Amino acid sequence: MPDIKVTPLGAGQDVGRSCILVSIGGKNIMLDCGMHMGYNDDRRFPDFSYITQNGRLTEFLDCVIISHFHLDHCGALPYMSEMVGYDGPIYMTHPTKAICPILLEDFRKITVDKKGETNFFTSQMIKDCMKKVVPLNLHQTIQVDEELEIKAYYAGHVLGAAMFQIKVGLESVVYTGDYNMTPDRHLGAAWIDKCRPDILISESTYATTIRDSKRCRERDFLKKVHETVERGGKVLIPVFALGRAQELCILLETFWERMNLKAPIYFSTGLTEKANHYYKLFITWTNQKIRKTFVQRNMFEFKHIKAFDRSYADNPGPMVVFATPGMLHAGQSLQIFKKWAGNEKNMVIMPGYCVQGTVGHKILNGQKKLEMEGRATLDVKLQVEYMSFSAHADAKGIMQLIRMAEPRNMLLVHGEAKKMEFLKDKIEQEFSISCYMPANGETTTVVTNPSVPVDISLNLLKREMALGGPLPDAKRPRTMHGTLIMKDNSLRLVSPEQALKELGLSEHQLRFTCRVQLHDPHSDTDTLGRIYTHLKSVLKSYSIQHVPDGTVIVESIVIKVTSSAEEPNLKVILLSWSYQDEELGSFLSTLLKKGLPS
Amino acid sequence: MAAHLKKRVYEEFSKVSQQVTLEEVPAKKLRLTKPSKSAALHIDLCKATNPTDALQYLLNFARKPVEAESVEGVVRILLEHYYKESDNSVRLKIASLLGLLSKTRGFAPDCIIDDAINTLNNEKSHQVLAQLLDTLLIIGTQLPDKIAVIQRLIDVACKHLSSTYFGVRNKCLQLLGCLGTVDKPLSKETDVGPGAQTSPVRDVQSIISDYFQDQDPRVRTAAIKAMLQLHERGMKIQQTIYNQACKLLSDDYEQVRSAAVQMVWVLSQLYPESIVPIPSSNEEIRLVDDSFGKICHMVSDGSWVVRVQAAKLLGSMHQVSPHFLEQTLDKKLMSDLRRKRTAHERAKELYASGEFSSGRRWADDAPKEKVDTSGVNLIDSGACGAFVHGLEDEMYEVRIAAVEALCSLAQSSPSFAEKCLDFLVDMFNDEIEEVRLQSIHVLRQISTHITLREDQLDTVLAVLEDSSRDIREALHELLCYTNVSTKDCIQLALLELLKNLTKYPTDRNSVWKCLKFLGARHPTLVLPIVPELLSTHPYFDTPEPDMDDPAYIAVLVLVFNAAKSCPTMPALFSDHTFRHYAYLRDSLSHLVPHLRLPGRKQTASSGLEASGVGSGSLESAQNFLQDSLIRVSVLQNLETPGAQELLEFTIRDLQRLGELQTELAGSADFCATYLHCQLLLTKALQEKLWTMAVPLCLKQNAKVSTATRQILDETYKLEFLYSGLETQQIATIHNVRLQAKALQLILTARSKRGVDRVLGVCEKFLQDVESFQRLFMTELPHFQDSFVEKLLELMPRLTACKPLDLVKILQTTLRQSRFIHLKLPEQIHRASATIIEPTGESDNPLKFTTGLVVALDIDATLEHVQDPQTTVKVQVLYPDGQSHIIHPKPGDFRTPGPGRVRLITQVYLSHSAWTEACQIEVRLLLAYSSSSSKQSASKPAWNESMDGLPTSESCIEGTIHLSKPVKVFIMPKPARR
Repeated sequence: MPDIKVTPLGAGQDVGRSCILVSIGGKNIMLDCGMHMGYNDDRRFPDFSYITQNGRLTEFLDCVIISHFHLDHCGALPYMSEMVGYDGPIYMTHPTKAICPILLEDFRKITVDKKGETNFFTSQMIKDCMKKVVPLNLHQTIQVDEELEIKAYYAGHVLGAAMFQIKVGLESVVYTGDYNMTPDRHLGAAWIDKCRPDILISESTYATTIRDSKRCRERDFLKKVHETVERGGKVLIPVFALGRAQELCILLETFWERMNLKAPIYFSTGLTEKANHYYKLFITWTNQKIRKTFVQRNMFEFKHIKAFDRSYADNPGPMVVFATPGMLHAGQSLQIFKKWAGNEKNMVIMPGYCVQGTVGHKILNGQKKLEMEGRATLDVKLQVEYMSFSAHADAKGIMQLIRMAEPRNMLLVHGEAKKMEFLKDKIEQEFSISCYMPANGETTTVVTNPSVPVDISLNLLKREMALGGPLPDAKRPRTMHGTLIMKDNSLRLVSPEQALKELGLSEHQLRFTCRVQLHDPHSDTDTLGRIYTHLKSVLKSYSIQHVPDGTVIVESIVIKVTSSAEEPNLKVILLSWSYQDEELGSFLSTLLKKGLPS
Repeated sequence: MAAHLKKRVYEEFSKVSQQVTLEEVPAKKLRLTKPSKSAALHIDLCKATNPTDALQYLLNFARKPVEAESVEGVVRILLEHYYKESDNSVRLKIASLLGLLSKTRGFAPDCIIDDAINTLNNEKSHQVLAQLLDTLLIIGTQLPDKIAVIQRLIDVACKHLSSTYFGVRNKCLQLLGCLGTVDKPLSKETDVGPGAQTSPVRDVQSIISDYFQDQDPRVRTAAIKAMLQLHERGMKIQQTIYNQACKLLSDDYEQVRSAAVQMVWVLSQLYPESIVPIPSSNEEIRLVDDSFGKICHMVSDGSWVVRVQAAKLLGSMHQVSPHFLEQTLDKKLMSDLRRKRTAHERAKELYASGEFSSGRRWADDAPKEKVDTSGVNLIDSGACGAFVHGLEDEMYEVRIAAVEALCSLAQSSPSFAEKCLDFLVDMFNDEIEEVRLQSIHVLRQISTHITLREDQLDTVLAVLEDSSRDIREALHELLCYTNVSTKDCIQLALLELLKNLTKYPTDRNSVWKCLKFLGARHPTLVLPIVPELLSTHPYFDTPEPDMDDPAYIAVLVLVFNAAKSCPTMPALFSDHTFRHYAYLRDSLSHLVPHLRLPGRKQTASSGLEASGVGSGSLESAQNFLQDSLIRVSVLQNLETPGAQELLEFTIRDLQRLGELQTELAGSADFCATYLHCQLLLTKALQEKLWTMAVPLCLKQNAKVSTATRQILDETYKLEFLYSGLETQQIATIHNVRLQAKALQLILTARSKRGVDRVLGVCEKFLQDVESFQRLFMTELPHFQDSFVEKLLELMPRLTACKPLDLVKILQTTLRQSRFIHLKLPEQIHRASATIIEPTGESDNPLKFTTGLVVALDIDATLEHVQDPQTTVKVQVLYPDGQSHIIHPKPGDFRTPGPGRVRLITQVYLSHSAWTEACQIEVRLLLAYSSSSSKQSASKPAWNESMDGLPTSESCIEGTIHLSKPVKVFIMPKPARR
């Protein structure tokens, strides 16, 4: 039986360094090639030695697919392609291809220039790596080679995020990457057609969460910001450069416009500015509202939001500032936080997840005194709010996607083991399909039962059609006679005569004969006559002939009656039928064994 | 046969060509007969050598209409060619033409049905076959009562159902859906017939439902649509197909799913109470609940078309059980049915119970105790939170549909209304204004069921700062109808409204009105905060507030309206409040009600008014109206002495009544105007001029002709300005108008020399009489002894006689005719309009450069105007007599409430230079055209209008003043060089 093997190198029961190997129909595909935020040693990249100890990866991989530009999905790409060695194609969508190198370069700068690491990939390597990328569009089917094809579906999450269908012959796998089933202010919801893949590999970040209506969240967020600004406080929103930042910007921008508010909004310069540029460009990847109104006004050309300068932080009066990074662990957001933390009028809103150990995590857990470097302590007086604006599908969204795609098997990655288990139970219970959640390095094998396509000769088909009812019933299987010829890697179903002709064989007749003993007091001819009438009454729609030479012929079945001399009442009925009429023949023999009606 | 036919055709052709030359005076209705189409077609088709040409001819032919008499001939010719033709496309076109032709009005397609069915038998091409079936369908729908024909068609359809081509099956199903009957089994007739077939007795429904499983999605869709068609035609759909329909909900194709959703909905409406089992468990639920769950499920479908459909249909499922309904607002899984949570709790409590976290609080999704997963899912969990999904859908079409559905469900279930409140309030924050506006409107509609809590009110009021005027006004409207629970709410609302007032001063009127209702609704809540609101102090005198401050007026409006039903309140007022009351009562009487103030002398007039305004007085007013009408109706002839005085007094009374009793204003005005017409008419007839010699009467003439013109104007007002009229009243009005026209005719005849002119007028008058007869045939019994009746009696004579005789006859008839009494219909409303802005008070001229345009904002409310988008116009009158009429855009009309329309538009003004600032007048007009009021009037047949004949009725168009003019000061300055 053919099977599909899935091995997560990263993201198996874990969040971070997504990297999943799939072998399907003799092809090996790597899905995503990310890095782990939590580690600074070798563990931050997937263990490529799993694929090969030494030598290049090109021979072992047919293609690499990157779902979106987040570093935990593409961060290890230059390392893999340039330092480990891979020359095959890398597939990603256009926006991902545009934004990915910016993030990689930024990441490289932080690690090499700031932390002083050596043996890291260089700018040139990023460029070389990007040369191997083949961009693709939504719903475009790309033929990697003759057998392997991939297709991208919209995934929401971030600009350019896509879900991928990988198909070899009739076996297929769908990998979701990160996706979002509820549309937000700038992106639409993920969508897939009923492609019924053998395995659906889905992320499960929010496996145990059913999120509240997004409007509630938005309203709360806007209300909190509005109130703080009205009483003259400052609002700090730490964000990562791409994704949520844009959504929140649009949210605030439209709110400011609607409410005629005057307080300034700033976002920290640099990365965000560059990214906004791409958001303006790839307007087709955004949601209905933005797509429809961009002719009048591109929503990403903000009117109220201006670039931030370090000195603005000390300005009096209310303001809203978006600053990177999102977890308050370093950089500008931390600097501003330090300045504003002392005033209870101010507020910090954490719009997403915070890793343990970061300032963000600490303040969210209610710590009121923070230890800073140099033994200084910082009193946290400002209000701390948490609003989950994370664009991952929640449990309900995952269920919804399963319902849309109707997979035969389910495989969960990119989530915490405990939460996954919960979701796994739910899925198995509700959809009664098997669900897997392999750990890193653990291989899941799913046996598939692909249907084998066979060419059928038109003549045969027409002949069979003529036999049956007027319309083929799609929902009901039907048996037919024919000869299967397997030749030169092709399968054909032809009629037996044609097969014989093609193979140059002569036809052999195969006949079965059978004797049935019957007690009957009548003479031979009478018995035959009675058999004839009996059969006539039983088999209404068959042609039954009584031939004068003492035989009854039903279709091609010959029936004769003899009686032995010593026992005239014991008649021996001779039945003879050809192989093709096996069914009817055996029916007749059993029928006659039961005896004739008196 | 064919030869004979051709001959006939040629005959027609030649005969007709003669007629064309015989053109007569087009004064009367004349019908031009065109050369027969069939002949021309035949010639063309014979000429055609190849299929392309033939197709071209047919296409050309199809562009022109064919009159009913020659349809049959054309059809025969087409069929003849059909049999000869070997090209599929030509045959297809012929088949489609057959269908088109059989739709011709006045043509009975019985005669061609045999031929049409015959063609089916020999047809090989699937496409043509499908087209032929389509033609049969059209023929069948033309003959709905011929059972035998229908039966034949159905048999044909059943036969072709087994075709291998999807189009043929589609058409067959469509035919079955449109023509099939459910009550009796299908093959009854065929059994009776000689070649009795052994086909099992099956009805249309089961045949159609077989195709629910067809391999082609298009056929599946057609099957469901056919079933829906059956339902629409009033056949009872069997419940047995419910399960099949439910299966189709998970079809791969969106059009199938979309149709299936409708099917399931139809069944849920037909059999709401029957019980269906839940698969996977042995419990049972009501069908309507089951289908509700299934449709809810479709709100998260992959295709947005299906989502819109599902969301819309949800709104009409009122029979669904409350706990299922409430599920739609809760995303939580069904297994904890018992632990229902209201939206209110949701706002306060965490999701502590453990199953899923909300993501609104940090770290509350850490796994807790293992959930009992064995709980039975009563309905698929997809139904949970269907509306939550719908409301946050990506497509705003879905969101709007969901909001509307919520509204409709909430209106029938108060508890649900309570629950969906939070969600609707959330929608106030949607990214698309249309959705925001819609949700505010919806909230207003359900606001009778709900009382806003403080926190909810807070979120609602936050929207008051919205920069869109529509949103703010909708919100004011909402606040007018809202109930709040505490005095803090009142205070909060007042505070926010005042904030709104300072931020957007243009909202003044709207805010005041809002406070008026708020006060009137919650007198007891306002009472405790009155001292605070008026800033009075038990010991100290506080400074008197500024009377011109809109905010202070707003507070006073709130307080006074509350005081109306709270007699203890005025005791808390300080002296200046009473003074301000008197002032406001005069200046803003629509906002400030009458109060019984203690220790104040009530002036006689106000006391009288107060007693008149009470609720019991409506009845007496109505009686009064009836009495005065009866009094007038006693009059038989208006020329009796004293009759005119009585009429005059009655008119005066009615006018006064209309002013006093707003509910009856429409009726009273209507009667008064009508009586006024009669009075004018009588006066005109009593003029001495009729006895005078023609040359002497010129001076008198002027008086009478103004009277007639006035009557005409008044009749148009009567007809078009009032809504709620019945045919009888309209006929009465037309009668008066005819009288006026007759008078006019007589005047013309007397003043003008030359018969020619009078001749034309006479013709026109006779046409009017004819059209009256046609329009009000049924009403004629009510018109005994009236002018019209007499006229119609004399009609044969009139048409024959000379103009001068006609005039004489008219003159005597006019004098003899009886005065027709008006019967009042139930409710008459007078269309009215008030221009709120510009106010006309500004002394600062609007300056602009000549030749360029300036935009003038116009804000007006219209009441009881029917179809305002097409009828209401804005007129701008310049001092030099120039006038412009501007049609506002349909989008400028908004409907804040039933019967009320708000027009907010901009008119563009321009003029050449003036030396002095001058006032222009702006007013609203109601445009009417007599053709629009006569829907019953037969429209000219399409083939006539094609030929460019003038329409039989000259339609009268004109305008009526709808509002008082407003003066605007403008100053066009010459451009500086």
